[in-house]
Amino acid sequence: MKKRLSILFSLMLVLSLFLSACGGFKKGDESTGEKGKSGSKTANVPQELHINIKTEPFSLNPGLANDSVSGNVLYQTFEGLTRIKDGKPQLAMAESYQVSKDLKTYTFKLRDAKWSNGDPVTAKDFEYAWKWALDPKNQSQYAYQLYYIKNGQAFNEGKAKAEDVGVKAIDDKTLQVTLENPTPYFLQLTAFYTYFPVNSKIAAKNPKWYTNAGPDYTSNGPFKMVTWDHNNKIVLEKNENYWDAKSVKLTKIEMVMVNDTNTELSMFNNGELDWAGMPTGQLPPDSLSQLKAEGKLHVQPIAGVYWYKFNTEKPPLNNVNIRKALAYAINRKAIVENIAKGEQIPAMAAVPPTMFPENKKGYFKDNDVEKAKEYLKKGLQELGLKDVKDLPPITLSYNTDDLHAKIAQAIQDMWKKNLGIEVKLDNSEWAVYIDKLHSGDYQIGRMGWLGDFNDPINFLELFRDKKGGNNDTNWENPKYKQLLIDSQKETDPEKRKEMLKQAEAILMDEMPVAPIYFYTNTWVQKDNLKGVEMSGLGDVQFKWAYFE
Amino acid sequence: MLRYISKRLFYMLMSLFLIVTATFFLMRAAPGGPFSSEKQVPPEIEKNLNEYYGLDRPWYIQYFDYLVSVAKWDFGPSFKYKGQTVNDLIDEGFPVSFFLGMESLLIAVSIGILLGVIAALKHNKWQDYAAMVFAVIGISVPNFIMASILQYFLAIKLGWFPVARWESLQHTVLPALALAATPMAFIARLTRSSMLEVLSNDYIRTAKAKGLSQGQITVKHAIRNAILPVVTYLGPLSAQILTGSFVIEKIFGIPGLGGHFVTSITNRDYTVIMGVTVFYSILLLLSVLLVDIAYGFIDPRIKLAGGKKGE
Repeated sequence: MKKRLSILFSLMLVLSLFLSACGGFKKGDESTGEKGKSGSKTANVPQELHINIKTEPFSLNPGLANDSVSGNVLYQTFEGLTRIKDGKPQLAMAESYQVSKDLKTYTFKLRDAKWSNGDPVTAKDFEYAWKWALDPKNQSQYAYQLYYIKNGQAFNEGKAKAEDVGVKAIDDKTLQVTLENPTPYFLQLTAFYTYFPVNSKIAAKNPKWYTNAGPDYTSNGPFKMVTWDHNNKIVLEKNENYWDAKSVKLTKIEMVMVNDTNTELSMFNNGELDWAGMPTGQLPPDSLSQLKAEGKLHVQPIAGVYWYKFNTEKPPLNNVNIRKALAYAINRKAIVENIAKGEQIPAMAAVPPTMFPENKKGYFKDNDVEKAKEYLKKGLQELGLKDVKDLPPITLSYNTDDLHAKIAQAIQDMWKKNLGIEVKLDNSEWAVYIDKLHSGDYQIGRMGWLGDFNDPINFLELFRDKKGGNNDTNWENPKYKQLLIDSQKETDPEKRKEMLKQAEAILMDEMPVAPIYFYTNTWVQKDNLKGVEMSGLGDVQFKWAYFE
Repeated sequence: MLRYISKRLFYMLMSLFLIVTATFFLMRAAPGGPFSSEKQVPPEIEKNLNEYYGLDRPWYIQYFDYLVSVAKWDFGPSFKYKGQTVNDLIDEGFPVSFFLGMESLLIAVSIGILLGVIAALKHNKWQDYAAMVFAVIGISVPNFIMASILQYFLAIKLGWFPVARWESLQHTVLPALALAATPMAFIARLTRSSMLEVLSNDYIRTAKAKGLSQGQITVKHAIRNAILPVVTYLGPLSAQILTGSFVIEKIFGIPGLGGHFVTSITNRDYTVIMGVTVFYSILLLLSVLLVDIAYGFIDPRIKLAGGKKGE
């Protein structure tokens, strides 16, 4: 037997020799991963961060990006006129700005900043980037993020010329922006990646500058991209040309693309990652309770809501009392504690508490079965039905996902027990599902919504127009609509907030949606990692991060 | 031989044409499109995008254009990964999948045959039972569970290998083992039973009578004949390993082509779906052809002439 075993081992040896001879790996900085860590015995802690970003970003051109993966890379490599810190916009590429009285014209003075290749960052780079994204000839999916700019939408729809768009480089250091409406959250928007500048000199020379790392991929943020191994990893290094380079302590960020929650956590436990979970990755839902019990779990509320949409044109959901009965009869606390388990906040309002702190309480009581029964009775009467048994079964739709399925089953059970309503479940794959919802082919459907910038309008304007793209509920209310339209023109922030609150109250009274919970970010991280900036929107910035 | 191959190639082209056509129409029939997302794009932007990617043209023009571009081996731009073409994705992803596939194939075949031979030679002894228990485990444990088991024991507990990723040769061992486990077990069983059959033949007894050693008999006479079923299995196996690695690629974060095979469908990334399907189809058809040709070399009784094997 010994002889056989030695045959086996020699076979394996030959095999491994053969395989190593085959090669097949991309040369690059292969050695860095392990070496960087073993060198930690020196007095200085290596300032290298290893995180997971799950998948390949759709695009690292700020004008083309339309997903959070790309966003979380771009926030490290690029910088807009402003940057969000502690939830508020801070001056970044802009050194100062002036606003006209009607709040429609912003004049930004740019600071002396350089691109990663040493070119100066000019006002023209902003003008170029914004107009490029708005140009209908380019395939920007997020061009509508720039519709706040005067004639932005018209240009994108081919109804105006590029010259008409309200962004202009007066000189190298002065950028003038004219808006359609006074937009009180405009300085929030300028921190969003669609508003980032692009090195116009390079883009003019090489239209494909953004597809790979290399000399043409220049950026103006705290980090520059040195490696982009597609579908595998992205390596960022400190950008010495960054204007605020002295604040940047990390020398390197390695972003790997592992799209498996269990593997991600294992890698963290094995010391291969310094951070696992949101916002760049994800923890396995089943691990949350254990991690929490061990005191390792970090939780932060973010501006997002998980809700059920009612198709208000399909009976019996065209009846407001039935909708209210369904919404009131949900035990949100039980769902959060037993199913979602990420310390989400039960939602009895539409706008997350990160924007309206008073919404932690909400507009009604969670699990208010008594009230729900009253509304049901009223609703049935209005529909001309004697008993809940005469109500045909309602279909509840959701897209394929363990969590959505569990929540749907729980709510199906609650509605049956509390109200006696029969509910059928209908599961479909994501693209099929989204098509169903957008075309109104559903009765009740789940959806999540995350804010793009820190303003309640994000959540409220969804329901402004019946055919507004993302409404899906087919609900429209003239008073609600008017309040939102008026709020756009209101220059007094207090008055504006009052209007938005009124609008939300209407929404919660008419109930085209039943909020379930407000999202949180959950993650684990190395204890000696400090200074990571997480916004209430769930973005992450490593500009100020460091290892202690 | 030449006639046989050219005939087979012709059938391959026909199959490919049918695959391309079926994929094209099935894909378009599926609800949802590449630009539908949670945050729906305004209709004007969707119009711009459709125009940009030529999705606004009638289906027969798109279909015809597609056939032409496939013939030119140009699968067009990806809808989701901006600035990357499908050819880029294949060029980058395939070598990785191929390397992983070959590594697992080597492990599966070499260790599988070795185990099978040992089991047959030590028929009904403990070595036989051990090898077959091993095989049953290999066959019954799905590869994604095998992957987690390997990660847990070999990476986290023992620290021999990294948990995941695709950086060095060390990183490839666990995914290759996870992928190889099932076919390895299958090959072991296949080899064992055909070895047992061969060993009971008269010519083996003759060889023994001639005074040849056990080793010589096994290597010279038995294995060569016993291996035929394994070769038959190699065609579908290589196909299965190359296309079926997407779960393993996902778990280990490997930048292979398998991932695109699945995510492109979720993304409704039309050009990627088409490109990867066509590419894999060619691969499968080729691997089956290669196995058929290999038959002729291993077993001279099988002639390839006339288009029918086994004449």
